[in-house]
Amino acid sequence: MTALLEAVGVSKRFGGLDALTDISLSINGNEIYGLIGPNGAGKTTFFNVLTGFYEASAGRFMLDGRELDVAAPHAVAAAGIARTFQNIRLFANMTALENVMVGCHLRSRAGVIGAVLRTRSTRMEERSVHERARHLLDYVGITAHEHSLARSLPYGDQRRLEIARALATEPKLLALDEPAAGMNATETATLRALLARIRADGTTILLIEHDVKLVMGLCDRVAVLDYGKKIAEGIPADVQRNSAVIEAYLGGALA
Amino acid sequence: MSAQHPSAQRSSRAALWAGYALIGLVLIAVPFAVDAALGRSWVRIMDVALLFTMLALGLNIVVGYAGLLDLGYVAFFAVGAYCYALLGSPQLGIHLSFFLVLPLCAFVAAIFGVLLGAPTLKLRGDYLAIVTLGFGEIVRIFLNNLNRPFNLTNGPQGITLVDPLQVGSFTLSKTYTLGPMTIAAVHSYYFVFLVCALLIILVSVRLEDSRIGRAWIAIREDEIAAKAMGINTRNVKLLAFAMGATFGGVSGGLFAAFQGFISPESFTLLDSIMILCMVVLGGMGHVPGIVLGAVLLTALPEALRYVGPLQQQWLGRVFIDPSDLRMLLFGLALVLMMLFRPAGLWPSKIRKRELKGGESPAAPEATT
Repeated sequence: MTALLEAVGVSKRFGGLDALTDISLSINGNEIYGLIGPNGAGKTTFFNVLTGFYEASAGRFMLDGRELDVAAPHAVAAAGIARTFQNIRLFANMTALENVMVGCHLRSRAGVIGAVLRTRSTRMEERSVHERARHLLDYVGITAHEHSLARSLPYGDQRRLEIARALATEPKLLALDEPAAGMNATETATLRALLARIRADGTTILLIEHDVKLVMGLCDRVAVLDYGKKIAEGIPADVQRNSAVIEAYLGGALA
Repeated sequence: MSAQHPSAQRSSRAALWAGYALIGLVLIAVPFAVDAALGRSWVRIMDVALLFTMLALGLNIVVGYAGLLDLGYVAFFAVGAYCYALLGSPQLGIHLSFFLVLPLCAFVAAIFGVLLGAPTLKLRGDYLAIVTLGFGEIVRIFLNNLNRPFNLTNGPQGITLVDPLQVGSFTLSKTYTLGPMTIAAVHSYYFVFLVCALLIILVSVRLEDSRIGRAWIAIREDEIAAKAMGINTRNVKLLAFAMGATFGGVSGGLFAAFQGFISPESFTLLDSIMILCMVVLGGMGHVPGIVLGAVLLTALPEALRYVGPLQQQWLGRVFIDPSDLRMLLFGLALVLMMLFRPAGLWPSKIRKRELKGGESPAAPEATT
């Protein structure tokens, strides 16, 4: 199996705090890779470095065998990594459909002249963007809310809209930051089915999650972070038995 | 709903065109009707209202769509006006055709837009407002002082004898008689401004509903999420500044030709604030609302001029000076607006749609 994403010696320091220390991991194509760890372990920091929101203090990323330019978020998105946010960041006053259409920005080209003159190619592109956005809303199962404002959607649907919007950028790797946070059992179950389907349709998923049951049941491999260091990596069953992981989660006394 | 009868569709389209034709006729007839009913000064006010409509629509791109609070917008108006005046007045002895100068005004203003945009890319809200406010003042002060070491702008005296718009031998500043009708300068300018304003409306509406417009609105809603979606926020913001400035530059050029005289006094902070009020009062991000805001805020202060004589007539003397009353009512109107219609007088459909809830006909694109 070839690695889709490879992180090599990634570190991030905030002043005197080592948020990430020498993280190396590789995510294979078409797998669901979980990133877990106690609060403050550096999971979201890793996401932010990977997606260009933070500048890494050291290290680099390889996507599909090529060096990934993590200088700017939009460049990372263009390279094929789409992300969601831990605290939902939708375009609140746009409709669900428009949110996904914004996601299509990257894979469409119309400029000012095309938009003003409504040239044939612009109109065709606009139609295909519309269709694609509709399709994605259907894909994540929120077609009913097509014309509702994003902020008026139920919580679980907002999470799914964020996934649809990320998918609209046509990513190779979909990075989800705690997609199940705050969901009830039913919502988590549908989310789980959705993630499995996204993977089956050929998109690799990087998942940060606190819901251990979800991670263990869904992920092919997981990495565990603690105090900015990777303390374990492997298939869920092995990681679950790893003494360092148990210590990190439950405290040293029990180990 | 999609299986609409073709003949019904055709007749609805015919109705639409008939509606447009009717609006067109009204717009053509209005200046003559106003001239007959209220006098020529009101036609002039209509001209000014159209100019402010163009300005407000330009500012709307920056503030309404991209969500970048710009308090120095009048600077682009000034740049356009001075660009026109310098290339069409005895000041430098240059007299170029406005067909050449007006696009140049737009272009130069766009460059100034980028100049303002580039250093402020990382700023938002209050911080951006302060910097843009400074920019507006800098431009005005430059214009005020560029009469030394060599006399470029003629300083506070301003530039006089600016060329009027001229097509061939037809000069817009002259009065023509066409059968029973008198076409004065204010009428001619009305039609020129109307055409320009309609063009700017068209451009605004089309941009709003496009890939670019969505990117602007996405930045307004959540810049970080917009970045994560692959939007190059730097370029898209600069584009917003440049587009907004372009409209400002065009209206500036038209203003210079219309007035025949410009001075830095016409481009103060208060003018920037006034244009911003038109955008906010009308309904940020909604083109018809902004047109309404611009027309109302131009016409109402003028209408208040009648209050003085009316007081004289009814009460025997003038209790409140009309100019005081103007600011008083203006402030009151803003406070009431913010309390009762915070989204503006005529907010965009999207808010109405929210009130309607889930019900969602797939109609919007069927009309195009």
